[in-house]
Amino acid sequence: MAAAGILRFATAGSVDDGKSSLIGRLLYDSKSILEDQLLSIEKASQQRGSGQVELALLTDGLRAEREQNITIDVAYRYFSTDKRKFIIADTPGHLQYTRNMVTGTSTADVSVILIDARKGVLSQSKRHAAISALLGIRQLVVAVNKMDLVDFSEHRFDEIAQEFSAFVAKLGIPQTEFIPISALLGDNVVEPSASMEWYSGPTLLKFLEEVEPHQKPFEELRLPIQYVIRPNQDYRGYSGRIESGALNVGDTVEVSTGSTARVQSLYVGGQAELGAIAGQGVVVELDRDIDVSRGDLLFAPTSPPLVSDRIEAIVCWMTEQPLELGRRYLLLQGPTRVSATVESIVHRVDVDSLDEQPVSSLGMNDIGRIIVHTASPLHFDPYAVSPGTGSFVMVDPFTHSTVAAGMIQEAVSKSEPEIVTGKWLWLSIPIDDARSLSSELRKFGKVVVVLPNNLDDVLIKDFLQQGIHVISVGGNPMPGSVKVVIEGQDTRPLTLEAILSLL
Amino acid sequence: MGISLLQPVQKHEHLRQLESEAIYTLREVAGQFERPALLFSGGKDSIVLVHLAQKAFAPGGIPFPLLHIDTGHNFEETIEFRDELVRRTGATLLVRYVQDSIDSGRVREETGPYSSRNGLQTVTLLDALSELKTDAAIGGARRDEEKARSKERVFSHRDVFGQWDPKNQRPELWNIYNGSKNPGEHFRVFPLSNWTELDIWQYIVSEGIPIPSLYFSHVRKVIQRSDVLLADSEFLAKLPGEVPELRRIRFRTVGDSTCTGAIESNASSLEDILSEVISARVTERSGRADDRRSDAAMEDRKRQGYF
Repeated sequence: MAAAGILRFATAGSVDDGKSSLIGRLLYDSKSILEDQLLSIEKASQQRGSGQVELALLTDGLRAEREQNITIDVAYRYFSTDKRKFIIADTPGHLQYTRNMVTGTSTADVSVILIDARKGVLSQSKRHAAISALLGIRQLVVAVNKMDLVDFSEHRFDEIAQEFSAFVAKLGIPQTEFIPISALLGDNVVEPSASMEWYSGPTLLKFLEEVEPHQKPFEELRLPIQYVIRPNQDYRGYSGRIESGALNVGDTVEVSTGSTARVQSLYVGGQAELGAIAGQGVVVELDRDIDVSRGDLLFAPTSPPLVSDRIEAIVCWMTEQPLELGRRYLLLQGPTRVSATVESIVHRVDVDSLDEQPVSSLGMNDIGRIIVHTASPLHFDPYAVSPGTGSFVMVDPFTHSTVAAGMIQEAVSKSEPEIVTGKWLWLSIPIDDARSLSSELRKFGKVVVVLPNNLDDVLIKDFLQQGIHVISVGGNPMPGSVKVVIEGQDTRPLTLEAILSLL
Repeated sequence: MGISLLQPVQKHEHLRQLESEAIYTLREVAGQFERPALLFSGGKDSIVLVHLAQKAFAPGGIPFPLLHIDTGHNFEETIEFRDELVRRTGATLLVRYVQDSIDSGRVREETGPYSSRNGLQTVTLLDALSELKTDAAIGGARRDEEKARSKERVFSHRDVFGQWDPKNQRPELWNIYNGSKNPGEHFRVFPLSNWTELDIWQYIVSEGIPIPSLYFSHVRKVIQRSDVLLADSEFLAKLPGEVPELRRIRFRTVGDSTCTGAIESNASSLEDILSEVISARVTERSGRADDRRSDAAMEDRKRQGYF
């Protein structure tokens, strides 16, 4: 029999679409709920005046949640069957909790998305799919729940599957499985449904038991060093977990500091071994005395990682204090720790529409693409290739809280940015409005001067050549300028967006 | 369960993954903190932790001390086992006593038949952590044990008062653990977060880890209090009419003797215990009288800085 491993899956759903009941049902029908737990929720159900035992109470752990009937954070649940052990990252379904979805999905192999058959595809379901795609999830399961409340209608199920498939197609997720269920009655969760004979696919549990977690084809050695073991003067071992590839005694390895050496000995789980593979924790002894410390990376000299002190990354902002350009943050990449600033924001991604929007900052639950500048070069791989060396979090150095989670997309070239000439716009707005507009634009990194429309065009060309944008107001549009007519009152946000798209 | 349970770890892919994850976490603690300590209770979870720490740092020794908070109401077997384990592993053991906290007036002993020193441990523990300037206390808690623990982080931040704020936890992503903090604050670190009781027992069996005799079936004088069996001892205040009787029992968790419930059992080998765990109909903590005080009992104790 093949070794039975662990399948980690993330669940998310909108309020009231029955996610807690579904998890309760998975635990209950797979006999992972024990008698005293059941008694305790029976008691709690009675106290709440509920007619039946609410399986959802099994998962709503914290007192605050039970008082408010909501779940407020990521909770982890465990159950196992003959086939494998399961870890559920159960994330709350409120609109504002993107960050919890990102957290729960970061360690998942598969995402389980719940859709209420009566309500159909909501923005929340789309959001979870989009976040799953960003985090590199390759397999989605869409559980269309409360089928009992739509008379187990195949037509309704197909309708939802069609609409959601169209959305998922845009995300590049290769596998999506749709399963019609009733978490309340147990149909197609663990046991096949007797009410939906038109459905011939697997039950949810059967699918989860059999799905093969997507294997990253990346096989290059990446070993981030966590801790140096030095029991005596004669031995120095570098400990870490092999993120990808394999390592054998006798292999030549390069350290991110630039030196190379050969592997003299290897310990795996306390035993001397000749080789080790991805996922194993090792202690490596090298054949010569070179400087290796926590946060350094070992790799094969023939397949080095990318190196740069400027990276482009997609981040999820996780804290109430918004992202500040130029502010110092700590960047943690596995055991590597380095100071970093955010140089610019390329755009914000609206996870509901997938639109990219220009913004001056990212707030809590925003997802955006940013350029990060690090105090010393990072050794990394793109997240899509190697999550172990392509993920990071950002930490506020004053509050110590984790403010962002990031996925590295690519290195940004170190060369000077090419010289761009400024744009010359003529706007049909009062000069004071133009001035406040220009200070708004400055927040997006645009350097703008506002000039009345009677100036020498030599001066204007001078600005433009230095890459400074010029906004002229008043009079008639001058030859060479782009005429922008703003109509109506109170058009500020519209104006800002329109102008940004021109610069 | 169709998986054969009595195989070495290499054959259990899930145990291999859990072991690797725990070793990774222990090395993160050693790498990120100045003065970690491993909270050792003598229970099976902390015994597994010590075993994992040996594996994580071999061929070196465990680079932090074991810290035992002694309620003074221990089972003798626990202390004997502890001292033997320290001899065998060469680990450093530090012991701090609840009795000292009582004598110095830091806590007041509970009285009456339901009294226990379990709650008092929190004060002794927090005092010990600040005395030793411990910045990371490694514990054997698992998320499957109790509802409040299912949302606990692997690196769990505690404020200067040692308290846990469930609404203000740091998000924890991938395998990146943020151990930054202000002076005086500390972390609780739980390398066994993703293990279940069954995983622990399977691991003990497949690794052949020695455990105290209390876990195996033996005959002992006990008192039946509602549906919990408590070991009779000089520390247990009896209710009127309670008479100790001899029963064949074993313990499923090992803590303070006044509040650790026993179960009737004939399981005399690790294999027997495993089959018992698999068919168990009562969760592990339900034998602990201290969780029964209210449904939210654990959450309350955690907020105050309990293990």
